[in-house]
Amino acid sequence: MSATPYPYQWQPARVRAEFFRLLPISLFVVAFGAAFGLAAVQEGLEPLQALLMSVTVFAGASQFAAVDMWGTEVSLVPLLAVVFAINSRHLLMGASLYPVLRELPPVKRYGVLLLLTDANWAVAAQDYQNGRKNLEVIVGGGLVLWLAWVIGTILGVYFGGLLKDPQALGLDMVLGCFLLAMALGGRKSTRTLVAWAVASVAALAAWRWLPPNIHVVVGALAGGVVGFFWLEPGQGGQSRRDQEVS
Amino acid sequence: MSVETTPAGILFIIVLMALVTLATRYGGAFVMSFVRISPRIESFINTMASSVLIAIIVPMAFSGDAGALAALATTAITMLVTRRALPAIAAGILAAAVVRLLIG
Repeated sequence: MSATPYPYQWQPARVRAEFFRLLPISLFVVAFGAAFGLAAVQEGLEPLQALLMSVTVFAGASQFAAVDMWGTEVSLVPLLAVVFAINSRHLLMGASLYPVLRELPPVKRYGVLLLLTDANWAVAAQDYQNGRKNLEVIVGGGLVLWLAWVIGTILGVYFGGLLKDPQALGLDMVLGCFLLAMALGGRKSTRTLVAWAVASVAALAAWRWLPPNIHVVVGALAGGVVGFFWLEPGQGGQSRRDQEVS
Repeated sequence: MSVETTPAGILFIIVLMALVTLATRYGGAFVMSFVRISPRIESFINTMASSVLIAIIVPMAFSGDAGALAALATTAITMLVTRRALPAIAAGILAAAVVRLLIG
């Protein structure tokens, strides 16, 4: 096929473009970062500790859950189990990008994944569904989201929450609306719609009856099973032809 | 095992949280590097990818208040009509704010 085993055409200019593309949503992330910073100091963390957590963990929902479990003592295993369960969706996100990621040399591949989070992944996944390989958004978009999260945390720990009641302004729905817009912007075949129906039922059932925080993984895997048994018409044959040619 | 929230203890906890989270970021791609990506596997991961979004959003809608529902419904309709993400997200947030103003 190609002379190099890693044919991905990395475009530095696009990293910058994707940084600015995700800048609007990052402004909302600042508000969440501030809410986290405030919650962390209220639970007894020092400002620098909360900041260190945002810098190194960079996963909002799990950080909120962790400071929720804070006290004079912290039970380590339950805490880490919750962090793992909430963040286990990253496993699926990383796996879903692998057909593109494998075109990068391993060092760069795992460098890119340092910045993987919901919003930039959603853009990359949608682009891939539409036939565009876009790992630059993981880096550029991830960088602006990370900066926003860290800046928000700094504001929160030193100045308190920025807004009295972010919920009243609907700001808690930013990520949900963003992810929904990404999902609906992708290609929709009958197969996708069936997978979504299966994923919805499985996620809801897991959310009701299984231990907390694993419904995303359960729902997503259930949706994936539909794809495993139901290939897009012509998809299998076409890929096989491509391989024969190369 | 309990760890006291002394400065050293907290540092230890944060480092472990960061490592666990990093493992989730790396684990999926690492495991996939041992899997031969057949058309069937590719079909699996593509369907799974869009299902991740649904599996996050649907329970969010079911557990949310009227404002959350209004936000998601408005975003969905605007997105399907205009095909543009930013107006759809903005409309959704506005809908949540308005509904909460009226009801809350």
